[in-house]
Amino acid sequence: MSVTVFVPIDSAALSVGAGAVATRIVEEAARRGLELRLVRNGSRGLFWLEPLVEVATPAGRLAYGPVDAADVESLFDADFLLGGAHALSLGLTEEIPFLKRQERLTYRRIGLIDPLDLSDYAAHDGWQGLRHALALPPAAIVQEVLDSGLRGRGGAAFPAGIKWKTCADVVATQKYIVCNADEGDSGTYADRLTLEGDPFSLIEGMLIAGLAVGASEGYVYIRSEYPRAFQVFSQAIAQAHAAGYLGADVAGSGKPFRLHARLGAGAYICGEETSLLESLEGKRGQVRVKPPLPAIEGLFGQPTVINNVVTLASVPVILARGAAFYRDFGMGRSRGTIPLQLAGNVRRGGLVEKAFGLSLRELLQDFGGGTATGRPIRAVQVGGPLGAYLPEADFDTAIDYEAFAAAGAMLGHGGVVVFDDSVDMAAQARFAMEFCAVESCGKCTPCRIGSTRGVEVIDRITAGIERERNEVLLRDLCDTMVNGSLCALGGMAPFPVLSALDHYPEDFGLAR
Amino acid sequence: MSSASRKPAAIPLKDPGPTPVERVAVEDAIAACRELPGALLPLLHAVQDRLGYVPPQAVPMIAHGLNLSRADVHGVISFYHHFRAAPPGRHVVQLCRAESCQAMGSAALEASAKHHLRIDYGQTSASGAVTLEPAYCLGNCALSPAILLDGELLGRVTPVRLTQLLDALEAQA
Repeated sequence: MSVTVFVPIDSAALSVGAGAVATRIVEEAARRGLELRLVRNGSRGLFWLEPLVEVATPAGRLAYGPVDAADVESLFDADFLLGGAHALSLGLTEEIPFLKRQERLTYRRIGLIDPLDLSDYAAHDGWQGLRHALALPPAAIVQEVLDSGLRGRGGAAFPAGIKWKTCADVVATQKYIVCNADEGDSGTYADRLTLEGDPFSLIEGMLIAGLAVGASEGYVYIRSEYPRAFQVFSQAIAQAHAAGYLGADVAGSGKPFRLHARLGAGAYICGEETSLLESLEGKRGQVRVKPPLPAIEGLFGQPTVINNVVTLASVPVILARGAAFYRDFGMGRSRGTIPLQLAGNVRRGGLVEKAFGLSLRELLQDFGGGTATGRPIRAVQVGGPLGAYLPEADFDTAIDYEAFAAAGAMLGHGGVVVFDDSVDMAAQARFAMEFCAVESCGKCTPCRIGSTRGVEVIDRITAGIERERNEVLLRDLCDTMVNGSLCALGGMAPFPVLSALDHYPEDFGLAR
Repeated sequence: MSSASRKPAAIPLKDPGPTPVERVAVEDAIAACRELPGALLPLLHAVQDRLGYVPPQAVPMIAHGLNLSRADVHGVISFYHHFRAAPPGRHVVQLCRAESCQAMGSAALEASAKHHLRIDYGQTSASGAVTLEPAYCLGNCALSPAILLDGELLGRVTPVRLTQLLDALEAQA
């Protein structure tokens, strides 16, 4: 009997040696005359355990990790193909507390399936949302998404259903669905995980969006820093096309939908939706003035729904299980689940999909297990490079869009970067301004000039030159950027700076 | 950041034009991409994938091929960090400079790489083996610090391991 062994092919798993582990397992099995079926799955998102090797047993999938290529021989010696005990045994994968305590809806297939196996996708609830959507009138699909309470997971948290309805209400011969896969925020990898680990779920979400608003063409804009994600997703498009899910006649419905993957070119600003549209049109990624909204005048001047990967990949489960099912997760106006991404100096780094409502502390301690270095957590940056730094006193904030806004912070795309007590918060503040200067599109003055002046003023403060006066100047500059910038880059880059000043003034040589 | 060094050089007054190799690469890219909506980025990627850079001397050809102005093409090339104006070394190492990697010591990694190769970002080591570039997040934030070596992602990179990697790249012919 041939045993099935899973070794992830996700780039994070590969980055710590999953490729060599897979090769060694095949070699060693051949040497011992053992038969096995090797499946290259996506990652479960338990990255501190990567490379995570799983073996299918009658009781369920058993996990071993983190496995080094040098461990493979001893795994065979321990009869791991039959679930034998080994120093790296983790028990049943689904029982690992980090995974067991999650509510995986959007990410329920991640790490379970071979990402490019259509039959595997179909066997794990794939295409069920699309099937329901095909039986509904377009307005009813939009209503489902509205009723689900799904808000944009890219960072802005704008209700997805309202975007869809705005676009659906415009009469036009050509509309577009654009997926923002320009996941530039540090501390985030949820989009990459979907693109590499469950690409058909994104295709299904985009197909449903196309049916809802009457769009026949879609683009996925993937950042150039994700070469593997681009390659895997391009293969997924080709397979879905060959299987009749994309093309002139989507799943026998008679409706067309063509999908294209496009590669970004290393510009953070292209994660801003209007800048992304400019880039797709082959231009400099400069932010557009809104209105007009992209839903009315978007890509190539046509009505366009533009949503993040996670938003679109959450749509199939909403259509399959119903708006109420999804809406019943969460708290307040934050409905459903959010994939949080533990990053930086954290003991157990990985993806945590949970209903809104748990506290930041639960996330950091119960899931993250504190810092990797074992030192106390001093600061946590949530929501990418434009997110505020939160001190320990704020860790009881609930993971909820409104609760974070009330604490002067934002959830953004769900990235959570942990820093221990060796961090220099003045240096982090300086980096926020430096990053804004490097990545500014240059269209508006507060962002283009303000960020460079911000670096200079912070340098004067840390050099001890007229500290108090320069602090006043820095706060005034931040006020100008927040209120005068065209988009969130210049408008929010001051948040990490101000939070560092407010919570850690001693790092700037200022009195608390 | 040393973005100035990454910007395309101005086209000289007596423009020698692209080399034959460059010309063929650009012609092929134009033929493959000209019908695409928003063709310029895919075209520039096609050129850089083949040559390793986008030759400034090819800007007029690209502009002509897509019916754009030279200013449009130059503006796009210079906007995006990804596009290079000159050939890189035999290997390209991109170091992540973003917050998650900072929290795990990327500054030390960066310092040791620059010191070891005796170059700054956007430059190539004297042997021509390694070009060093900054990246702002490689999406491997649970396994920081991360680098991209010729498009291959590596995680939990220590200064010692990076030095060994760089030495191995330098040693290759």
